[in-house]
Amino acid sequence: MSQNTAVKRPVSRKDMTRAQWTWKEMKRNKVAYLMVAPFMILFTLFTVFPVVLSIILSFTEFNLLQFPRPVYMDNYIRLFLDDDIFILAIKNTFIFASVTGPVSYFMSLMIAWFINELSPKIRSVVTLIFYSPSISGSVYLIWQILFSNDSYGFANGTLMTLGIIDAPILWFNDADYVMWLCIVVALWTSLGTAFLSFIAGLQTIDRSQYEAASVDGIRNRWQELWYITLPNMRQQLMFGAVLSITQSFGFGSVVTALAGFPSVEYAAHTIMHHLDDYGGQRFEVGYSSAIAVVLFAIMLGSNLLVKKMLKKVGQ
Amino acid sequence: MKKLRTRKHAVVLNRSVGGDIGINFFLILMGAFMFLPMLYVVMQSLKPLDELWMFPPRFYVINPTFQNFGDLFTLMGENWVPFSRYVFNTVFISITGTFGNLLFSSMAAYALAKIKFPGRNVMFQMIVLSLMFHSTVTSVANFITMSAIGWVDTYFAIIVPAFSTTLGLYLMKQFMESAVSDEVLESARLDGSGEFKTYWLIAMPMVKPAWLTLMIESFKGLWNSGSSIYIQSEQLKSFNYAINQIVSGGIARAGAGAAATVVMMIVPITVFVICQSNVIETMGSSGMKD
Repeated sequence: MSQNTAVKRPVSRKDMTRAQWTWKEMKRNKVAYLMVAPFMILFTLFTVFPVVLSIILSFTEFNLLQFPRPVYMDNYIRLFLDDDIFILAIKNTFIFASVTGPVSYFMSLMIAWFINELSPKIRSVVTLIFYSPSISGSVYLIWQILFSNDSYGFANGTLMTLGIIDAPILWFNDADYVMWLCIVVALWTSLGTAFLSFIAGLQTIDRSQYEAASVDGIRNRWQELWYITLPNMRQQLMFGAVLSITQSFGFGSVVTALAGFPSVEYAAHTIMHHLDDYGGQRFEVGYSSAIAVVLFAIMLGSNLLVKKMLKKVGQ
Repeated sequence: MKKLRTRKHAVVLNRSVGGDIGINFFLILMGAFMFLPMLYVVMQSLKPLDELWMFPPRFYVINPTFQNFGDLFTLMGENWVPFSRYVFNTVFISITGTFGNLLFSSMAAYALAKIKFPGRNVMFQMIVLSLMFHSTVTSVANFITMSAIGWVDTYFAIIVPAFSTTLGLYLMKQFMESAVSDEVLESARLDGSGEFKTYWLIAMPMVKPAWLTLMIESFKGLWNSGSSIYIQSEQLKSFNYAINQIVSGGIARAGAGAAATVVMMIVPITVFVICQSNVIETMGSSGMKD
């Protein structure tokens, strides 16, 4: 049996235009398309298409019953010039994301780095302690009990016993506290996949590099971190950053569960809540699509920005 | 040459005592922040009624009781939708969604990682791009799609989109690139094994850690899914949704709510404990090239 029947050789690209060559390669790899098809079809239907549809619908007025009516830029003009609550939501989203994103990122990185020197057994227990809040579903509701409005809540009870306050604080129903409490809870649930990725990344670094660095004059652990450890795990840093950023914009459901909807005086109202309000409840689909597009642009923009910044690590 | 100084499992050159103390202090502080609320849930679930409503509130339970878990069962019985139905919904959705995601993702990951075909870079770039935005963005448009297909208020609306979760595919593809050698696949192809056979019999057994990771990622998302805009019928709603109803049910249910939360969190934590080392192994190749 000749080899050519068993293995289809890659087609040589001589004497062919690029299009012809691509077509030949596509035919040769038919089976590969068959293998990616189930995933890619669903991915296109439920992830790519909705983004495109949202962009189109954002230029229309649509209530799900009548055919969409084009209004061009009206939705965006209304969003930015006429909707005070949206401006508040943008502000809150930026506060929320710019605190939870970086803090959760550096928390993951630092903790992963600190526990890297523990013995494997202890490390796996510590990993579990830090990771478990992020996989335990609605366990964050315990914070509502810790910070409940009455004097039976742990926070109020303790502060009252110590004589710091006389009357219970309304924590999640107080516009002064609700945002920051939600940020704390979000951080509590945020040591997820990025954290595991960092732990694994640290373990793949070749030990001899540290020895060589020591000879070259690295004097303390911080220099070691900056010049050896971080540059060696740059790919994990990138992956972790993407997950942290996406996550930091996705805490809306945690806020809703803790602070209710709408939150007191809209103090914890984020773009996600605004989207849910117009899309899921008022069925102003065109307007909510415009909100979704703005949110999409913010997420993608911050990801690309951070990607640029991360290229400077270790330089 | 200077001898490599190690502490049992790691290289520890350049370590100051002050730094060690500071770091350990920080770790203990963070550990307390993460662990104490989890412990408090367990404590609450074991407290009898008089301890739940005690002033000043106490962290630890004095007379532990399983009364709350019993109450949870009673509450479940009183509901007009049998509680077992919520449990069934969540278990059914979690298992079918996870299994489908594993099959679709691993097949696509194999092709993207190990077959060179035109368009594979574009496809992978799109998948990476999808990791950069949260699914809320697509929720309104997806509602329209679901209505058009007629899947609103069916299991399909939850299960089928879960098949195309991208994080699992991403991790699987990265791991396949590093763990499955091209030579092995090439020799299998020389022996006349087709791509589907090579994928299933040769590549898949070599990436066991990656499917465990993918299954956990997928499972935790589905298990923890609460109320959804696609599901309106009470009998199709999830366990997590039912628990949130109990937790927010006020004073009389505080203990039962804590008990329900404990039941809810035990499952993913147990799954993770079993698979932890495999997950960490997979994450070793999770890096994103710039």
